[in-house]
Amino acid sequence: MSVKKIHKDQPETFEFNEKSMEAVNKIVSNYPDGRQQSAVMALLYIAQRQHDNWIPLKAMKYIAKFLDMPYIKVYEVATFYSMYNLSPVGKYFFQVCTTTPCMLRGAYDLVKVCKKKISEKENELSEDGKISWMEVECLGACVNAPMMQVNEDYYEDLNDKKLEEIIDTIYQNKIPKPGSYTGRINAEPVDNRKTLLGNKNA
Amino acid sequence: MLKDEDRIFQNLYNDSGADLQSAKLRNDWSGTKDILEKGREWIINEVKASELRGRGGAGFPTGLKWSFAPKEIGSRPHYLVINADESEPGTCKDRDILRFEPHKLIEGCLIASYAVNAHKCYIYIRGEYFNEGQKLQTAIDEAYKNKLIGENALDSGWDLDIYIHYGAGAYICGEETALLESLEGKKGQPRLKPPFPALIGLYGCPTIINNVETVAAVPTILKRGAKWFSSLGRPKNTGTKIYCISGNVNNPCNVEEEMGIPLKELIETHAGGVVGGWDNLKAVIPGGSSMPMLPKEICDNIKMDFDACVENKTGLGTAGIVVINNDQDIIKCMARIARFYKHESCGQCTPCREGSGWMWRMLERMAAGEATPDEVDMLFDVTKQIEGHTICAFGEGSSWPVQGLIRHFKDEILERNKFDPVVKKQKNIPYLVDQHLLEKENA
Repeated sequence: MSVKKIHKDQPETFEFNEKSMEAVNKIVSNYPDGRQQSAVMALLYIAQRQHDNWIPLKAMKYIAKFLDMPYIKVYEVATFYSMYNLSPVGKYFFQVCTTTPCMLRGAYDLVKVCKKKISEKENELSEDGKISWMEVECLGACVNAPMMQVNEDYYEDLNDKKLEEIIDTIYQNKIPKPGSYTGRINAEPVDNRKTLLGNKNA
Repeated sequence: MLKDEDRIFQNLYNDSGADLQSAKLRNDWSGTKDILEKGREWIINEVKASELRGRGGAGFPTGLKWSFAPKEIGSRPHYLVINADESEPGTCKDRDILRFEPHKLIEGCLIASYAVNAHKCYIYIRGEYFNEGQKLQTAIDEAYKNKLIGENALDSGWDLDIYIHYGAGAYICGEETALLESLEGKKGQPRLKPPFPALIGLYGCPTIINNVETVAAVPTILKRGAKWFSSLGRPKNTGTKIYCISGNVNNPCNVEEEMGIPLKELIETHAGGVVGGWDNLKAVIPGGSSMPMLPKEICDNIKMDFDACVENKTGLGTAGIVVINNDQDIIKCMARIARFYKHESCGQCTPCREGSGWMWRMLERMAAGEATPDEVDMLFDVTKQIEGHTICAFGEGSSWPVQGLIRHFKDEILERNKFDPVVKKQKNIPYLVDQHLLEKENA
């Protein structure tokens, strides 16, 4: 459970736009009648995507009304889960995994690069306001360590040089290719594959 | 080494694509209708005979779990929930199944929901796996389009709807009752058991919860027969398992192997050996970060299955193997794991909420050499106070790795921590008293 700060400057209003509304209606219909509360997590996520990657309090109130549930319950969910940002983050949000399997392979080198090239402290915007970064717990790609997530994409098998290249590319408004940065395919052992070779060569 | 034809997940490295057409070439969706026609009892008995144990960590027999679901649908509908909230450090097997073998999972969902009388299936995917979820959604849409699921799936007369529910970055939601809470739109805090979810689960209805790998393995088991599956491995520890080998190895990888393969063979053959050679090995975490680590002496001979791990005071868990070599600071590694648990504790039970922070802070000090020698035993005591005193297994999961460290590397901690506090001579001080007060005269 992480401590989260609510942003000081909150917008006056929040409403789902047409595109979000379409997604919202589809998700609410996934759950049985009267159980629309189940959709709260998905709705918060949609609100976050619509609102520059963070959730204002107004959005929580709006969702509470929309799903006919107490505001405090929505607030509880929004503060419990770590993927909801309650204050602004960069347009490109770097999440560097530093849990032990990544740490063993040099995740803290990546953190150093982030400190140097983005901002000295976590959750602070870079000079041009585009990027922010934070350390996160295991992202579930331990075999491809060290790795990080930028918005929704995984960047795997990194080292400090490669991360610097990625950051430079993003500063130039280009999105680098996600996936492994040693050229390996998914989670197969590099140059040492001994299984399912028939499929590989087929 | 396991023969390639005996591997269940033929597309583990995505050699041939995850779409329906390629999946059919790999024998997915062949004869599924015949399996359903053999009836619930046959399916459950066959899964029982295969001795398949849950692949999510606890290793509960799957056939037995399915048999707990009420035989007839009563006033409440049944649910099948697939646990794809894979967040255990060291584990990344479900991700590859979601990405590359989604049809095995969907086929497994159809068979499992038929066996437990469920018309609705929710797949709970961790929020970070957004792209993987999208790939699974594509596969689900394909399956609907080809009438493999949906109303009257495969002309079998069984209706099944599959929905994806995304989590939002909470490790604890991998615990089955916390997962249900989260599915109901609440914060993920585990429920007391009993009642077990098989009778009172999602929305108070009978619910069966299975791990991705378990369910995805079921179609192949039923097609090739329980005998084939139970011929692999040894009794009670049968079949194959995806091992994730990460950390200080030359070629970290996911690989499907027979249960009970020696750890050394697994690391040397598939992962290219330990960085710096086998002699440079310090310790191995055999089953995801919750399982106590093993020193090199045990790693030399241990076989990787549920019972062999328990005999060595650890567990197979999710089979996420983290290899740590002599270049690493082992206390620091464990301190980082303790920080993970401090961060992920849901805050419901006091021993875990407070204790996970204590363990982390003490280990950080021990890594820096700032602890007193007695504190090592005190730390062990703290882990014992957490273990078994919480609602869910998170208490065990957070204290076992610390116990493993103290059990095998106590000498190393003691050697580093020779800090002598001022209060050394006063032996009767309870450790909860703030030590800085004792230094003063008025203490």
